[in-house]
Amino acid sequence: MLIKCPHCGTRPVEEFVFLGDAKPERPASLDPSAMDQWYDYVFLRDNPRGRIAEYAHHAGGCRSWLVVERDTATHDVHSCVTARQWALARKETAG
Amino acid sequence: MKYSLFSLLKHSFSHHANWPPAWREPEPKKAYDIVIVGGGGHGLATAYYLAKEHGLKNIAVLEKSWLGSGNIGRNTTIIRSNYMLPGNNPFYEWSMKLWEGLEQDFNFNAMVSQRGVLNLCHTDAQYDAYARRGNAMRIDGVDAELLDRHDVRRMYPLFDHANARFPIRGGLLQRRGGTVRHDAVAWGYARGADSRGVDIIQNCAVTGIKIESGQVRGVETSKGFIGCTKLGLAAAGNSSEVAAMAGLKLPIESHVLQAFVSEGLKPFIDGVVTFGAGHFYVSQSDKGGLVFGGDIDGYNSYARRGNLPMVEHVIEAGVAMIPALARIRVLRSWGGIMDMSMDGSPIIDKTPVGGLYLNAGWCYGGFKATPASGWCFAHTIAKDEPHRLNAAYRLDRFRRGYVIDEKGQGATPNLH
Amino acid sequence: MTSFRLASGGLIERDRTLGFTFDGRRFEGHPGDTLASALIANGVHLMGRSFKYHRPRGVISAGASEPNALVTIREGGRREANTRATVVELYEGLEAQSQNRWPSLNLDLGAVNALASSMFVAGFYYKTFMWPKSFWEKIYEPLIRSAAGLGTAAREADPDKYEKAYAHCDLLVIGSGPAGLMAALSAAREGKRVILADEGAVLGGSLLNEMEEIDGRPGFEWATAVIAELGSMPNVTLMSRTTVFGWYDGNIFGAVERVNDHVAVPAPYEPRQRYWRIIAKGAVLAAGAEERPIVFGGNDVPGVMLAGAMRTFANRYAAAAGKSVVVFTNNDSGYRTARAMKAQGVHVEAIVDSRGEAKADSAGVSVLRGRMIANVAGGKRGVAGVELVGHGHISCDTVAMSGGWSPIVNLLCHKGAKPEWNDALAAFVPPESGSEFVAAGSAAGRMLLSECLTDGAAKGSANGKYAAVPKCRDEAYTISPLWWVKQSTGKAFVDYQNDSTAGDLPLAAREGYRDIELAKRYTTAGMATDQGKLGNVNAIAILAEATGKSIAEVSTTTFRPYYTPVAFGALAGPFTGHHFQPVRRTPLHEWATEQGAVFVESGLWMRSSWFPRDGEDWLASASREVINTRSRVGICDVSTLGKIDVQGRDAGPFLDRLYCNTFSTLAIGKARYGLMLREDGIVFDDGTTSRLGPDHFLMTTTTANAARVMSHIEFCHQALWPELDVQYVSVTEQWAQMAVAGPRARATLQKIVDGVQLNDTTFPYLAAKELTVLGGIPARLFRISFSGEHAYELAVPADYGGMAARAIMQVGEEFGIAPYGVEALSMMRIEKGHVAGGELNGTTTASDLGLGKMMSTKKDYIGRMMAAREGLVDPKRQCVAGIRPVDKHDRMRSGSHLLKKNDLPSMVNDQGYISSVAWSPMLNMWLGLALIERGRERHGEIVKVFDGLRGIHIYAEICDPMHFDRENARLHA
Repeated sequence: MLIKCPHCGTRPVEEFVFLGDAKPERPASLDPSAMDQWYDYVFLRDNPRGRIAEYAHHAGGCRSWLVVERDTATHDVHSCVTARQWALARKETAG
Repeated sequence: MKYSLFSLLKHSFSHHANWPPAWREPEPKKAYDIVIVGGGGHGLATAYYLAKEHGLKNIAVLEKSWLGSGNIGRNTTIIRSNYMLPGNNPFYEWSMKLWEGLEQDFNFNAMVSQRGVLNLCHTDAQYDAYARRGNAMRIDGVDAELLDRHDVRRMYPLFDHANARFPIRGGLLQRRGGTVRHDAVAWGYARGADSRGVDIIQNCAVTGIKIESGQVRGVETSKGFIGCTKLGLAAAGNSSEVAAMAGLKLPIESHVLQAFVSEGLKPFIDGVVTFGAGHFYVSQSDKGGLVFGGDIDGYNSYARRGNLPMVEHVIEAGVAMIPALARIRVLRSWGGIMDMSMDGSPIIDKTPVGGLYLNAGWCYGGFKATPASGWCFAHTIAKDEPHRLNAAYRLDRFRRGYVIDEKGQGATPNLH
Repeated sequence: MTSFRLASGGLIERDRTLGFTFDGRRFEGHPGDTLASALIANGVHLMGRSFKYHRPRGVISAGASEPNALVTIREGGRREANTRATVVELYEGLEAQSQNRWPSLNLDLGAVNALASSMFVAGFYYKTFMWPKSFWEKIYEPLIRSAAGLGTAAREADPDKYEKAYAHCDLLVIGSGPAGLMAALSAAREGKRVILADEGAVLGGSLLNEMEEIDGRPGFEWATAVIAELGSMPNVTLMSRTTVFGWYDGNIFGAVERVNDHVAVPAPYEPRQRYWRIIAKGAVLAAGAEERPIVFGGNDVPGVMLAGAMRTFANRYAAAAGKSVVVFTNNDSGYRTARAMKAQGVHVEAIVDSRGEAKADSAGVSVLRGRMIANVAGGKRGVAGVELVGHGHISCDTVAMSGGWSPIVNLLCHKGAKPEWNDALAAFVPPESGSEFVAAGSAAGRMLLSECLTDGAAKGSANGKYAAVPKCRDEAYTISPLWWVKQSTGKAFVDYQNDSTAGDLPLAAREGYRDIELAKRYTTAGMATDQGKLGNVNAIAILAEATGKSIAEVSTTTFRPYYTPVAFGALAGPFTGHHFQPVRRTPLHEWATEQGAVFVESGLWMRSSWFPRDGEDWLASASREVINTRSRVGICDVSTLGKIDVQGRDAGPFLDRLYCNTFSTLAIGKARYGLMLREDGIVFDDGTTSRLGPDHFLMTTTTANAARVMSHIEFCHQALWPELDVQYVSVTEQWAQMAVAGPRARATLQKIVDGVQLNDTTFPYLAAKELTVLGGIPARLFRISFSGEHAYELAVPADYGGMAARAIMQVGEEFGIAPYGVEALSMMRIEKGHVAGGELNGTTTASDLGLGKMMSTKKDYIGRMMAAREGLVDPKRQCVAGIRPVDKHDRMRSGSHLLKKNDLPSMVNDQGYISSVAWSPMLNMWLGLALIERGRERHGEIVKVFDGLRGIHIYAEICDPMHFDRENARLHA
């Protein structure tokens, strides 16, 4: 499998460490009533057969955290952005 | 028809023309009392024990492909009960006890072979961790032995005892561990369940779960709607996809684990051995192939195949452990899809949906659990409550903070 | 011995001979021979015994698919079992042994199995060997295991070397027959970077084996010219002896180059094999087609072989498979064998063609149309003749069979796609595969040479404007399927090596194993070392008939790597033995070596473990080191601790979110112990972090978690809080760090620091400052302590590490300085009750470790919310306590479990376990830390220590974890 890192270009899969579903967003609330949100964030994952946006760490390269859109059935890689871009875009949408 | 030497002799006179089918190929009925999704080891065992232990008859097992086509047909055949946590150990030991009587119980030779499972360790810290584990086994009457480096060398002189990057410090041995002919387990359970009236329906994919007023009513399938009052999901690898049909999101990711077999060889290695300084474990099948594996590829996957980095990683570890492997050839590799849970332990439980039961999250340890998993899941379904042995495998344990994390890796599925 | 070497022809070097032995008998062959062709040329057909019935077997094929002629070659650590005689290139001195026979290949007592063959049908072992129960492991299984298996593997290390290599190309062409050569040529002429790989020793593929005519000259000559042109182009890499074994994601191919398997011993500095990962923009599968056997009685008698193989032996190796041949075919290609053999002067008795009509040229050989061979008469001495269905017997010593050709689709199916059945070809053809990897030539089902050349050229070209395709002479190919001669009375084999017979598949179907995957597993057809290359299509067809389905409905089993088996050594490459993983040495390694250190593996690091003097064992040495440190001064290499430099305006707030305690309030020049949780609320790591400036912190982590903490920090910043203005970098390897501990630590260090008076005012406990030592070497000095002594950690740039350590040893001499290692460190931390790896085990909470008070309630941090879950605050949790034996002479062992004093052993009664143990030189007894249920409330309770593994059963007292100097007087001394 090859992944095109925005910094390093196309690199082989063994340079990356995966952390799964990038969709869950870290809750902001520290109120005990938010426990269910926290539980969902830490433990539940989208696990589709098909496209998934997932965190991947370019640990053997530039050490950027990335969000890779990939198909879990075919292993085709569709896109790759930095997690920083992904997070900032998400915060912008939310804010 | 009971299988025996006598029946084999008898049938050889008629050139084996009259063997009855090991199971029927029935068309699904409109409805069953209990439907099990997944005709793999756990699903078939569940149906078998529902019929045998609970006297239930009106049961169907739905398999989207051929029976035993899931992880029961693509594992590395190891059985062991060397767990240390209270939620795990009694369950796996019960599984071991069921293995020990299984073939006579279901009248099928599954070649249960207790050749010993040895986990090697390479540092004092690992040795201490194995001491903790072994004593947790011993404290409950499970066999375990702690070996030092000399013991290991006597047992397996062909390991690298001279030039290893991580010299072998010792190991934890469970002599009752071993291997089982994996396909035969599916076949034995299928035949036993079928003979007790269970309908095993192959090539029947579940496409939807019908729920009314919070209660399961049946499943939509490629062979039409099949009604049921109780529905058990035993579709490891695909648990998230199946559970999603009932609106459930699970603490599970699907990952691919590769496994390998070498060309057939005369006896080379006697028991099951795991390397402690890299991802590699190996045993030799009765047919002579070295059956081995390592770690999951590390990315979410539903494709039953992996990639070269893990192949190399596993085989490097193999040759590091046994230098004589270098000249042996790897014949075939394949991949299975693992339900990787958030604490490395399974789920056998009721769900928030009435009549819906879940058996999932086996990571790569599902094969050895097959008998106890089926046995406990049958109990959970029949009695509508978990048995003492699977009481810790609750779905809400993550929310409540009672995880069963043998490796201490936390909520990162691909680290378990 | 009669020679079966033909008088002329072949690609062998007749003027050179090579001596070799088979089962100790000496033979001669020529360069260019394979072991199989050389044996055939010597009239030897019996080369092996089958797996179950020990049937005598000869070669069936002339290539990679060979299931029968498996031999063991070489000796000692180079011993290599199950090697196909058909692909072993002959070399001088080759020694080959037959396998799976006893006492000899000729007289194999295992053949008695055949007598019971009426019982040994598919799956018989699932139905018996169950009584009595105890017999399985004691009697049946050992017998089965020793009977099973093929060859015997080496048990010594392989003395040869292996390499790994990477290659990138625009187009990878797999196979160098007519289609492959044209594909490579098209692409190469368009300027593409081309790799042409072929498993053969010589490029040319089928053109080496067949008498073709291309461009008005023999096919082999045409191929030689094309290969020469390709070889002259700088953008082309030719790789012979290279098997592409698998297709992976990203259009990555795995391949093995057999660099030196054709010689007795590789030249020094040369590998035996080289594993390649080839990353290809595009790839063409031009692997050709595989001929199928026909399933009929005695189709395994030595001397029965594939028609194409017989042709290859004659055309390429000038070896005649026999003196009188019967050809049995269901397609036109069998006629080529008849013509080729006749042309070489071998008598061809007849062509038995199962088809009623056929137009192919028999060159005058008599053709029996619409006839079939029922049985072959013969045995280990070879073929005596054939008996036809209906009536008729033909005497002959060799049978050539052709059941038609199957495109070699394997690699294209490695991603899970199934090939598609083609009725006209009576074969499976490649699935739709997208554009990055396509089949060409006969691998794509093109059965005419002209089609192969054109298809190859087209598939190799990126723009479709390829060079003119040379003219050639075509051989027509028509087939009318015949899978199984049901009239056969003898055993008719589907999978030769595994002894699966035609009758096994209908039996499997009757018993319910009706899916091809079930039938495969039940009969083992297709599971031998050839992975069904020869037998699978026959098995599928027979099963189709037995189950009333079409062949297309039955479909194939899954094609998986490896196309042919690959040596472990090749995939492992050089990363074995001591080179399995890299070794990390600290900047103080040399210094520690000078001091006589014994090193221990700690992850990839080598850490100095103890420094024995005068023959001390580890315990004596470490005890002395502790006493010396606690009474004078000691120095210890702590460079392996993770060090992360954190800078930026938001560095403080960032650390507040990473740690459960607060760092933004830390004064400049001070250090603080920090505890980090995982998001699930469990303790992740600990360490001391210092503030060197307003926006500058230096974090330390444990040795074990250094890499994981770094990744975690990167995640937290980049994915969670990208708005924070903070930068971080690992400086673990940039700094050498040493602990200097003990009552004379200050006095020692005072002698090397520049211009600073070390006292409790200028350098109080937890001071952390940048300064210089030894006249200008930049350094960082921290007054922190793991040992419980008045202690410092000094960091200097890595290259100054050895110098600084030596200087400290020198100036400390007057104070009695001595180095101490991690064993002594461990003793001291356990005396002091400090938690470490045994307690930070990934399942403990801050509270379990007695550090619950560190968890801030005033801020968000990783793990805060999940740490509040019911199970994590359960008062019954196991938590850290001290443990010491009641009898001071007893030795406790780490990993022992704890029971209430009067309880019997059981998991229900289990109270916890001992997580760390050390000898305490200060208290003269073994001490430990334990994780015990409600441990903090039970100080003073006597518990039973359960160590069933080592048979140690003693009593111990739960106590405060701080065993020594509970007032911390020494720390501030």
